[in-house]
Amino acid sequence: MNPPPDSSHAIVTENLTKVYGHGNTEVVAMKDVSLRVGRGEVIALLGPSGAGKSTLLTAIGLINPPTSGRIYLGGELVMDAAKPKVDLRSFRRRHLGFVFQKANLIPFLSALENVQVALEINATPPAVARCRALELLAYLGVADRANNLPAALSGGQQQRVAVARALANEPGLILADEPTAALDSQRGRQVMELFRRVAHERGAAVLVVTHDHRSLDVFDRSYEMEDGRLLVEAKPLTPSF
Amino acid sequence: MNLAVRDIRHNFGRFALTTVGIGLLLMIVMGMGGIYRGLIHEATLLVDQVGADLWVVQGSTRGPFAEVSRIPANLEDRVRAVPGVAAAWRFVSHTIQREHRGQPLRLVVQGLAWPEDRGEWVPLVAGRALRQAHYELIADRSLGLPLGERLTLGQNTYEVVGLTRGMVGSGGDGLAFFTVSDALAVQFDVPGEATRLERAARRARVENLDLGRVTPLLAERASGPGSELPALAPPQVSAVLVTLSAGADPTRVTATLANWPDVTVYSTQQQKDLLLSGMVDKAKRQLGLFRVLLILISTIIMALIIYTLTLDKLHDIALLKLIGARNRVIIGLILQQALLMGALGYGLAWWLGRYAFPRFPRLVVIEPPDLLLLAGIVLVISVLASLLGIGKAMRVEPNTVLAA
Repeated sequence: MNPPPDSSHAIVTENLTKVYGHGNTEVVAMKDVSLRVGRGEVIALLGPSGAGKSTLLTAIGLINPPTSGRIYLGGELVMDAAKPKVDLRSFRRRHLGFVFQKANLIPFLSALENVQVALEINATPPAVARCRALELLAYLGVADRANNLPAALSGGQQQRVAVARALANEPGLILADEPTAALDSQRGRQVMELFRRVAHERGAAVLVVTHDHRSLDVFDRSYEMEDGRLLVEAKPLTPSF
Repeated sequence: MNLAVRDIRHNFGRFALTTVGIGLLLMIVMGMGGIYRGLIHEATLLVDQVGADLWVVQGSTRGPFAEVSRIPANLEDRVRAVPGVAAAWRFVSHTIQREHRGQPLRLVVQGLAWPEDRGEWVPLVAGRALRQAHYELIADRSLGLPLGERLTLGQNTYEVVGLTRGMVGSGGDGLAFFTVSDALAVQFDVPGEATRLERAARRARVENLDLGRVTPLLAERASGPGSELPALAPPQVSAVLVTLSAGADPTRVTATLANWPDVTVYSTQQQKDLLLSGMVDKAKRQLGLFRVLLILISTIIMALIIYTLTLDKLHDIALLKLIGARNRVIIGLILQQALLMGALGYGLAWWLGRYAFPRFPRLVVIEPPDLLLLAGIVLVISVLASLLGIGKAMRVEPNTVLAA
């Protein structure tokens, strides 16, 4: 019997199930997924395409409600089946950071503004937001490209800016969906190590969906998903460095 | 950070072109209103400028502008005898189209009651008022006749001695001020052959009568000028204008004149109402319908443009939702662009109109209340136009980002 979720847990899911369609067209994308992630942990979610990794990630990211089960984030019950228990958009704004396969930067904003906008959306005064965004870009090594539009940045630089945006509001949880898929192995590893650094330095939990087995040593734990089910831990928690 | 401005800066070319298009459409809307105001101004200009208190016209007619009015010129003497009348003078107005220097020349011939009225009240921009009873005229600049130009109308040649500006008739044709007798001469000028034929016909009619056969002098007179025949009526004018004495009761004077069965009396306001309800009314409704159509078209075009701009940003909007942006941030992005497009289009319309409207062949009058009204309309259509885009943006799901 697992102890009840508390604030030391960044993520707790209980029997998450997601069913698309109904009747003959019913597809079970995720079934009875229970997962616990502590603060500061970096977790990899592995598995073949269609295994349900992204479904789990988007359910935890509060953008794709489960059909049944519960989601606790930071010890707070946020989803009970498909029923939100908090203002989802506000919760995402304050507690979650997202990184995707594509950087998904807003094309009409500079690198600095892409980070700054996440802060201003969270009611940070513009001057403070600008300073903080610059700090984050410097932390991620792209401060020199702050005033460039995304189109003028390399893939790696764009992904760093996306990570900076995800970190902007100091979220308790960062969700990344194949963040290194568009990068070469060297850049991919850099991004993964960046996640680890962020998790350990800032105490944020990081859940990464990845196919990239070469960087598994970066993660604290990794899980395998298959046919919508979360299999046993693929690799126990061991110090990586 | 203003996302709307950032997006516009990024897509400046498309936004600028679209705004120019909206601006031109709004200029046409503005111009339509201005043309309507101009019609009213032109229609009532002469009535205002003449400054008469009462207009005496042919009985049971709505002359002299809304329809033809013919009254004897000597009616003015009768009117002068009415208590409370300070002055009465004949009024002649008719439109002619002749050829001058190989070009068609269309003008409103306006008779001034010489010698009492020499056209001193006419606002001159060059030259002088009339100084002689015949062969001079004051012309509006829109006619294109310079000072000193000699204009042949019928058998006589007239010299332009004064120039006015903005003095046009209800049809937009420039006014030309002559003495009444010259105006009548222009109106009733007939070729010599027609006069000869008329006199011959008159003589033949007399010779067929017993009275003509026994009175040779009558037959001889019938061959002469019409003005020497007491049986023929004197020349007719369009109206007699009346100025009231200081302190005179207009109602009493009007009642007295209205009792005469051969005339109808209108106050200046009634005369203006006749012009506006008759001649201008249909034009007003026509222009009004065009304005409504153009406003609808502008709204649809703006809505489509804003919608297209929103579709282009749908992925970014989904991303903003994903990272927790409130709806007002997204609505603000779309609405501000629509408002900015409307405001810039409006400003452009106003700026272009300042240069374009004075070059229009008809007067275009843009008044501050019309500008304010159009600004309000632009505000409303900007908001309406953005609704389609806002609706689309509100429906987009944050997980669309992942699908991309």
